[in-house]
Amino acid sequence: MIKTDALIIGAGPTGLFTAHQLKLIGLNCEIVDNLDKIGGQCIELYPDKPIYDIPAIPECTGEELTKNLIDQLKPFDIKFHLSERVDEVKKSNGHWNVKTNKGTQFITPNVIIAGGVGSFEPRKFAPKECAVFENKSIFYSVKDKSIFKGKAISIFGGGDSALDWAIELSKDSKVNLIHRRNEFRGAQSSVNKVNELKESGKINLFTKFQLKSVNGKNKLENIEIISDDKEIKKLNTDYVLGFFGLIMQLGPIAEWGLNLDKKTVTVDTEKFETNQKGIYAVGDICNYPGKLKLILSGFHEGALAARACFKLARPDEKYRFEFTTSSKIIKNRLGVKE
Amino acid sequence: MAKITYIEHNGKSHTINVDNGLTVMEGAVQNDIPGIDADCGGSMACATCHVYVKEDWLNRVSSKTEGEDDMLDQAYEPKSNSRLSCQLVVSDETEGLVVNLPMKQV
Repeated sequence: MIKTDALIIGAGPTGLFTAHQLKLIGLNCEIVDNLDKIGGQCIELYPDKPIYDIPAIPECTGEELTKNLIDQLKPFDIKFHLSERVDEVKKSNGHWNVKTNKGTQFITPNVIIAGGVGSFEPRKFAPKECAVFENKSIFYSVKDKSIFKGKAISIFGGGDSALDWAIELSKDSKVNLIHRRNEFRGAQSSVNKVNELKESGKINLFTKFQLKSVNGKNKLENIEIISDDKEIKKLNTDYVLGFFGLIMQLGPIAEWGLNLDKKTVTVDTEKFETNQKGIYAVGDICNYPGKLKLILSGFHEGALAARACFKLARPDEKYRFEFTTSSKIIKNRLGVKE
Repeated sequence: MAKITYIEHNGKSHTINVDNGLTVMEGAVQNDIPGIDADCGGSMACATCHVYVKEDWLNRVSSKTEGEDDMLDQAYEPKSNSRLSCQLVVSDETEGLVVNLPMKQV
């Protein structure tokens, strides 16, 4: 059981800056994120896209913004729990008991939800019967590639994951690559490589086709794919891999007894607190009159939520507002030598 | 202003007036038409405002960019008439546009 002054859910820009604010005022915190890396939507959805509306930064990419926010946290010791999703938040003796899908447990007076639009989950195949074979014959990520050796694999998708795995698995397996259009969004060098492998008969390429059905009794036997012109092909296959990118789902947050408005959490604008005392929501996931879904709004919301955390984490102390330019205590925390 | 018709997957139809300059996505969100999520808020960074444009309208709306088609790869059940409604800007030319909504967005 990890004890902390505040637990932040989400390691996107808002979560990172909120951690900075907590540490500046002398509170400790830990951060959980479902992704395997720090940065949230900035890193997952638009690492290369330039952003033009971060105050005092005329232009930066999602990746650069993330790097700068991590650099800003360097003076502090903050534990990240990546590839973990918070599943449970329960009240116990005036504190919040938080549990992740990997079994990590926290006890804290403050939970700050900086979860963007929820957690990223793989986009799955549309045909219903796919669920039966999921994690047996149908996968949305590769954990152990050795199981594919000598087998027939049908890979769906047009991005780097689909292309890279088609190339990699074609060495030891029979690979079908299926994509809904002729153009691939993956790296050109990978597209060229796939075309070479197609010419040499190593990869069967089906473009303008999508999955129609999967068939098999105990194990997957074959699949049917259908073209834009309704042409149907049957492919014998042992495994199916789907790489359609990630979608965002509110996920377990919906179960924590919070007031929700569509996919957002309703908060006040003083503490960014939800209807549950000690649970806050900041960044894209929060909702209040006039809410702007901008990164800069998340920074402001996190700064105020951090101050609210102080009251619950240090009930016997009085919070004093101080500037980083003049406060000796803050400079100490930052490790700045005078 | 233009009349835009949104047909839900269950067949329920909504026809509303949308101001010129707004997107078909914004028209739906501002009028609480169910079936369009628009998680990313219109920055073409997700595929949750996915619609099917009625065939006879396909050549009359602005053509899709490569970036939009890239995102549509990640949509639920994309078809050849799939579009992201955040990229369809309403104008006098879109008077009467009809879009069908997919079974789900996520």
